[in-house]
Amino acid sequence: MLQTKMNHYDVIVIGGGATGAGTARDCAMRGLKTLLVERKDFTAGATGRNHGLLHSGARYAVTDQESASECISENMILRRIARHCVEETGGLFITLPEDDLSYQAKFVESCQAAGINAEVLDPKEAIRMEPSVNPDIIGAVRVPDGAVDPFRLTTANVVDARLHGADIITYNEVVGFVKNQNRLEGVNLRHIRTGAESTYYADVIINACGIWGAHVAELAGVKINMFPAKGALLIFGHRVNSVVINRCRKPADADILVPGDTISLIGTTSSRIPYDEIDKNEVTPEEVDVLLREGSRLAPVLANTRILRAYSGVRPLVAADNDPSGRSISRGIVCLDHAERDGLEGFITITGGKLMTYRLMAEWATDLACKKLGRTAHCLTAKTPLPGSEQTESPKRKHIIELSTEQKAAEGRHGTMSRYISSHNANDDALVCECEQVSVGEINYAIENLHVHNLINLRRRTRMGMGTCQGELCACRAAGLLGKANGCAERTLSDLSSFLNERWKGMYPIAWGETLAEIQFTSWLYNGVCGINQMVTPNKD
Amino acid sequence: MSYQKSNISSNNFEQCIKCTICTVYCPVTAVNPEYPGPKQAGPDGERYRLKKPLFYDEALKYCLNCKRCEVACPSNVKIGDIIQLARIKHSKLRPGLRERILANTDFMGTLASTFAPVVNTTVKLKPVKKLMDWTLKIDSHRTFPKYASQRFTTWFKRHAEKSQAALPNQVTYFHGCYANYNYPQLGKDLVKILNAVGYGVQLMEKERCCGVAKISNNLIKQATRDAKRNLEEIRHSVAQQREVIATSTTCTFTIRDEYHHILGLENGDVREQVNLATRFLYRLVDEGKIKLAFRDDFRMKAAYHTPCHMEKLGWSIYSTSLMRMIPGLELLMLDSLCCGIAGTYGFKRENYKYSQAIGAPLFKQIADFGVDVVACDCETCKWQIEMSTGVKVENPISILAQALDVERTKALNNIK
Repeated sequence: MLQTKMNHYDVIVIGGGATGAGTARDCAMRGLKTLLVERKDFTAGATGRNHGLLHSGARYAVTDQESASECISENMILRRIARHCVEETGGLFITLPEDDLSYQAKFVESCQAAGINAEVLDPKEAIRMEPSVNPDIIGAVRVPDGAVDPFRLTTANVVDARLHGADIITYNEVVGFVKNQNRLEGVNLRHIRTGAESTYYADVIINACGIWGAHVAELAGVKINMFPAKGALLIFGHRVNSVVINRCRKPADADILVPGDTISLIGTTSSRIPYDEIDKNEVTPEEVDVLLREGSRLAPVLANTRILRAYSGVRPLVAADNDPSGRSISRGIVCLDHAERDGLEGFITITGGKLMTYRLMAEWATDLACKKLGRTAHCLTAKTPLPGSEQTESPKRKHIIELSTEQKAAEGRHGTMSRYISSHNANDDALVCECEQVSVGEINYAIENLHVHNLINLRRRTRMGMGTCQGELCACRAAGLLGKANGCAERTLSDLSSFLNERWKGMYPIAWGETLAEIQFTSWLYNGVCGINQMVTPNKD
Repeated sequence: MSYQKSNISSNNFEQCIKCTICTVYCPVTAVNPEYPGPKQAGPDGERYRLKKPLFYDEALKYCLNCKRCEVACPSNVKIGDIIQLARIKHSKLRPGLRERILANTDFMGTLASTFAPVVNTTVKLKPVKKLMDWTLKIDSHRTFPKYASQRFTTWFKRHAEKSQAALPNQVTYFHGCYANYNYPQLGKDLVKILNAVGYGVQLMEKERCCGVAKISNNLIKQATRDAKRNLEEIRHSVAQQREVIATSTTCTFTIRDEYHHILGLENGDVREQVNLATRFLYRLVDEGKIKLAFRDDFRMKAAYHTPCHMEKLGWSIYSTSLMRMIPGLELLMLDSLCCGIAGTYGFKRENYKYSQAIGAPLFKQIADFGVDVVACDCETCKWQIEMSTGVKVENPISILAQALDVERTKALNNIK
């Protein structure tokens, strides 16, 4: 394909996670002609596979002051710019009888040094604040933790990038680069389903692919030493806690319990996996055992609470360049200028870091891109609210009382953007997803505005199918609406089948009790009543 | 591993597998699109209310508390209780004068029965009904239950109390507001039957309203006060080896289940000693402890209506089996459907049309059956069915009393 004005960009950002979406937004806001490309769907990688914890930074205070300070400053920024993605729950660091209470003093001191407001509480006060916490606690510290919804956060960044003129391409994998001597000039893409190939050109290409970044860098001919670390988590059926509960000890397995939207999450484990397993995302019985055993120490009620599903993600841990053994691993942000490092012009890698610091990572990467392009625009992302989080004039509280339940839920998910959701007639207000209160209007809004190609996209944009029944009632309803929008019944049927299989994947490791009954009922409905297994074979994606 | 051996959640709300059978059986969902239905209002809504209380939906006020959802649920989710508790905890609607008037059945009963002839005539007058509709929003289509000029307790003290102690067995009768203020004949009928089979009847020293109307009108403090007092009386009675029986399904159900589930009072120690009169009698007959003899000239064609709380108790079999012992009674079974009144619910103007729409299929079946009488253990169903169909409604105890051959029964049970 020839290079034309149409397919030439200032910047191409590879990777549709929080970092990639945030970088595309930052670039577009600074007036760069930007293209964001993603292999699958936004948030399909580590962004959509973590705790959704709005870290105060306290967790890193003792071991990594730099990360801790970054976290607390980003924490305060996200509360302003991403109000509709954040819930200000507060957090506790608890000391159990088997933990060393003397760690607490060091912890509080380190927090204060990093600028994190850590306040020692009487254990009784902590139990009053969070009744689900283990009543045996001997110490508690309050920190400004919170919950952040990574799906909403990423979607809002994508929406804003597009509002600022960025182009977006999903379901296209980078299969190679256009290289001219020591300079990258473009990317070769291949549609993961149709196989259609295309090429786009840019002056700067930013690799924001998380753990997949090592592979992408390799395609460009440079080596980044990354160590995939898998973390598994469990989702409980309802909110067990309303305050984030952490363990006040050196970070270990299953020591964070986060209330996220309607559910609670315990995680994570940490285990090194080979690079060729980064797409597997399986959760082993041993991991489930550890999560339950350690989780029940934080909140004993977890031992008897219904589990909805298990999932895992892969952290992109980057080895320092001078240490090929991988022992000296940083959890901090890694921004590589490959011109300086490898003599390869027009290529930047932004990796490491955390969901919490996605904005700062985007800022660093964009600063570097601007420097390369000779542009002087400043970063405004720390001050400009994301779409949905703008300050409204009317007092929110009074207004929300008059809304119906599904409207309240939609406002929680889309913030001020929920004003674009059709309602006030029986059709639009009808519920698609009953567990998560997603209306027909909201599904249609998502299909039209939020880059939805299939049911899994739709789930990430709306929470449809994320509730107790895991798609049992809503999957076929949503498929009906999606089929109407894309006009292809056959594709929608195979999509429905993939969606149900994807739900089963997360239920399989914890398939007992009500969850097992639920999935049996679902299977009976879709196989027995609808005969779906006789009509279609699921998509590979 | 001791983890996850069982999943526990308050009122089993996480045991819901979203089969939606409850919503199919909900009488309100079928007629009122404003009501989200038991699944949405119950376990689904509970997850959201746990997230933030502002997710409470005032449309939960449309719930009848009929508990048919709980009967239908295959997973034992206490859907009705979840909804009641959410209303108590989150509703911003404060009970007004109307709610207080309707809910304080014993206070109003005391007042009204004192001036019964005046009250009965007045509330029948069209202008008065209109006035109540305007001022209190009590629907003008409603027929108010008549008040008796002599309360059951007064009759009992004057005509029955003295002879009770002489009988070999004793039982305590929880008459409830209805038998006391509106229809003392029901209490008299029960005394007649029990005495004939050798059971003396004792009343509580100070019986209070069971509290069901106060619970459904969100007057929880008052309901709890009454319930505590009643539990004291019940414990006193049980300590003296006297079981407590009632002729009202709702009183029975409230004392046995709602006191614990909704008001959070401990009643497990006496719960099994609180019984419905028909179940009490049937069991005695079944165990061969008593015998019943019926008049040869008694003839009646009746249809049995299962009140919602009877459905929840699962005891209609006792009432119908007892009635089937009467040789002259032809008994038909009506489908178990809500009549729509749900105590004070149907009296409220905003609920009237839903109340009648809910009852419509039942009224039609009653008309189709062409019976002399509808048999039913619930007093508010009686008002609703009598008003809506014109067919007389009798408690099975009253039917039994009419058919009973007292002399032969006494002789069979060796009572002089």
